[in-house]
Amino acid sequence: MTDERIDPLDGQDPLVIADRGFSSRLIVGTGKYRSHEETVEAIRASGAEMVTVAVRRVDLDASKQESLLHHLDPEEFFLLPNTAGCFTADDAIRYARLGREAGLSSWVKLEVIGDQETLLPDTEALLEATRVLTTEGFTVLPYTNDDLITALRLEEAGAAAVMPLASPIGSGLGLLNPLNIRLLKSRLSVPVIVDAGVGTASDACLTMEQGVDGILMNTALAAAERPVLMASAMRLAVRAGRAAYLAGRMPTREWAVPSSPSAGMLD
Amino acid sequence: MKVEVNGESREFVAGGSVLVLLAELEIDPRMVVVERNREIVRRDQLDRVPVEDGDRFEIVHFVGGG
Repeated sequence: MTDERIDPLDGQDPLVIADRGFSSRLIVGTGKYRSHEETVEAIRASGAEMVTVAVRRVDLDASKQESLLHHLDPEEFFLLPNTAGCFTADDAIRYARLGREAGLSSWVKLEVIGDQETLLPDTEALLEATRVLTTEGFTVLPYTNDDLITALRLEEAGAAAVMPLASPIGSGLGLLNPLNIRLLKSRLSVPVIVDAGVGTASDACLTMEQGVDGILMNTALAAAERPVLMASAMRLAVRAGRAAYLAGRMPTREWAVPSSPSAGMLD
Repeated sequence: MKVEVNGESREFVAGGSVLVLLAELEIDPRMVVVERNREIVRRDQLDRVPVEDGDRFEIVHFVGGG
């Protein structure tokens, strides 16, 4: 578990998914920022290399408006198209194919939503879409719940990583079930990326301390009062949590244990 | 002739390619992906695929998302 050669604070601890290494264990979304400029500034502050984007209709009445792609240089960032907003496997597959054609890779963040209120995944449809897209040569990163059995089935279906939620999308509630996340991590061979629910730096740190491979977040940055500063905080929190995990924390005790020697006290 | 683009009905002169359609809409082909009747038109095929009466197009691009 702990490898003393690894120093996560020194850029020697890449996140590896499907044989590709990423310099940061933090993956960030690009939604809900106030401007394209703020989006890019926050991403740079976060240190993230992988960045999610959505696929949507061009507004024909405003087609001369600058596209997000004008600001996000694919040479600088690895763009990961998502299938957000899809409620069926067929729709998600359609969006994934469009994303592949629009981008430079066959990677997809696969979402199949089962319920509008909670945005929780439809795991049956998610499995089906994962199977289809894997067969078509996609590198599939499915957003799922924190259920071990679903995660194992996604891995069997060919998912390149499994992305369980910490809490509902956009909720900022933080990591609600550390036990489930640790179970997933202990049983899966592919990377576990916690996706959704992180609200602030301590949430990110605590999540990384569970031993997961990375975190994907969007609203925690975009909805902060100062997104660029929060992005810096998240960069530090993810690295701190990773380092603490690798360092191996001390055991907890119910009673105090003195840090200073009991011998040598004056009479 | 009439075609549908992103859910809206549009007039388009017969005989043009998808690339001509994009030019008419002032859309940079490098920034978008085009679906014609639910099939993706590959970027290198945009000037070869004709626009026909009743065609339904979806023109999409990347936007901010999580």
